[in-house]
Amino acid sequence: MAAPSTDLSAALVLASPQLADWLVVLPVVLMIGFGAVLMMVRKSVRLHGTIAITGLALLVLLDAALLIRISTYGPITMVMGRWLPPFGIAFTADLFGSLMAFVSAVVALAAGVFALRDIDAGGRRYGFFPFLMLLMAGVSGAFLTGDIFNLYVWFEVLLISSFGLLILGSEPEQIDGALKYAVLNLIGTTLFLIAVGYLYAIFGTLNMADIAGKASRLRETAPLVTLTALFILAFAMKAAAFPVNFWLPASYHTPRITVSALFGGLLTKVGIYALIRVTVMLFPVEREELSFVVAVSAALTMVIGALGALAQNDLRRLVGYVVIAGIGNMMAGVAIGTPAAVSGSILYALHSVVTMTALYLVAGEAARLGGAWSLSGLGGLYRRAPWFSAASLALFLAAAGLPPLSGLWPKVALLKASLDIGAWWLAAAILISAFIVTLALARVFLLAFWRPRPEPAPELAIARDWRIAWPLGCLTALSILFGLFPETVLDLSQRAATGLAEPSAYIRSVFPGGAAP
Amino acid sequence: MEALFAILIGLFFAAAIYLMLSKHTVRILLGVVLLGNGVNLLLFTTGRLTREVPPIIPAGMDALPAGAANPLPQALILTAIVISFSFFAFLLVLTYRAYQELGTDNSDEMRLAEPRDEERPPMGY
Repeated sequence: MAAPSTDLSAALVLASPQLADWLVVLPVVLMIGFGAVLMMVRKSVRLHGTIAITGLALLVLLDAALLIRISTYGPITMVMGRWLPPFGIAFTADLFGSLMAFVSAVVALAAGVFALRDIDAGGRRYGFFPFLMLLMAGVSGAFLTGDIFNLYVWFEVLLISSFGLLILGSEPEQIDGALKYAVLNLIGTTLFLIAVGYLYAIFGTLNMADIAGKASRLRETAPLVTLTALFILAFAMKAAAFPVNFWLPASYHTPRITVSALFGGLLTKVGIYALIRVTVMLFPVEREELSFVVAVSAALTMVIGALGALAQNDLRRLVGYVVIAGIGNMMAGVAIGTPAAVSGSILYALHSVVTMTALYLVAGEAARLGGAWSLSGLGGLYRRAPWFSAASLALFLAAAGLPPLSGLWPKVALLKASLDIGAWWLAAAILISAFIVTLALARVFLLAFWRPRPEPAPELAIARDWRIAWPLGCLTALSILFGLFPETVLDLSQRAATGLAEPSAYIRSVFPGGAAP
Repeated sequence: MEALFAILIGLFFAAAIYLMLSKHTVRILLGVVLLGNGVNLLLFTTGRLTREVPPIIPAGMDALPAGAANPLPQALILTAIVISFSFFAFLLVLTYRAYQELGTDNSDEMRLAEPRDEERPPMGY
């Protein structure tokens, strides 16, 4: 057989990648590896906690190293199977992806420590920790991949592990919630797959850097606005934006509270991440066309989420609606689309990952101390646990966006950005939503913490537990630190937003020798 | 050929959406399956529909012969089939369990997680 005259170096990576570049794939590899190990030892539930916490701590270290490297040297790319992009599947991490990955890892570690107490042997036997590892593999993969079909695959990985986590325990209530969650999320990812199919038909490539480079040439001839609308619908469904948000309040309050915390912190934010990545980086012109629709959806999401929070008696459902109100804020940044607004969205996402997880953990701890999930049944927590109450108050204020806590800065950035383009009604929606969320959370503090207990129950001796104090304390400290010293995070998110608006560094990292033809 | 496939895919989507709008969980599931298969056909069509030209690069050439189908969408379909199949298996079990536990297959009556007469939050101190 005659050897083809092709120069292999045009299609294959011939030199092995730098050692530091391995950081891009290591978080995913680590989580899948730990998940597999935990599966192997699934019967010895005593070991699960130690192994899982070790894995999550390693994940935090890896993501921190990745973040430091990317913030110093710019985006990193690594391809699978030596095929050069756009042929091989590329993992490309930029500042936005690695920031999200790092914060998710921190939150997962906190939730993992909380789970040591919250998830009993039964829950562990059902496989809580293996599912947690695979969920984190999916989340990290989604944040770090540079290939849009690969993004779909990671969505499915995290979706299937979230199913497992959601029905942990198989209570009828959980099955009811899980059915709605599963069907609606599956339809959402199927919409995403349809969009990917059309995208491939138009572009002939799935590599995000390649798409970003080619979009400007195809804009005149291809139906890119329709394609972007499909992507926006799919990701809005994943992120629980109005009017496709009804699966969230139907399901997020049914699983164990640690699972709710993980979902509330991470899953919707993966949807927002994908939305920002696709609309801001790949299709900025089309995003501009659709910005009014996104803005209306954002405003309605904010207000409806806040009103929903006001109407709830169950603490977990209340927090679920606060999550939805936050999604509206992040969507507002996408709708405005200037680098300042996108940076506000990124800031909000980082703040929301930490705060929403912490709020669910607060709800869990309040229920443990007070013996009820409902506002009508809770009371007297301030007297019983003053430190816990102080941390809860700080988190409530942070979620509502009051100074000096972490919720303030993203809201300020988004407000300023929306006033800059003259969208006063969007700014009004942000303020009204923040006001109603403040009311709802202040009422929680009033009723559950300050009010004396409705009917004096026998005082159970509830011991302090480091497995609760540490995660809650650390997340609260993060929120306070970010509120008081926002410069580093502000700077990082601004650079991340600039990197999305001007993806030349991203493209150069994938195609060092110039874009593919 | 592509036009025929487009109509077929349209029919799949229409039937899937019709079924998913039903209140009965089994119909919703069938709708989800049809939707998944419709998407697979859609992906298949994006890779050019041709017959009798295998996507193999002949000896001494650098590129596929003209008119060969693009094999990549078929790889995408394989991934999508595996994923949708496993999800369908999970959903099937979940629906069956839901029917057993909740005693109904009508999604309107599945109100265990969101009870109709939910207590309001206390209005005063």
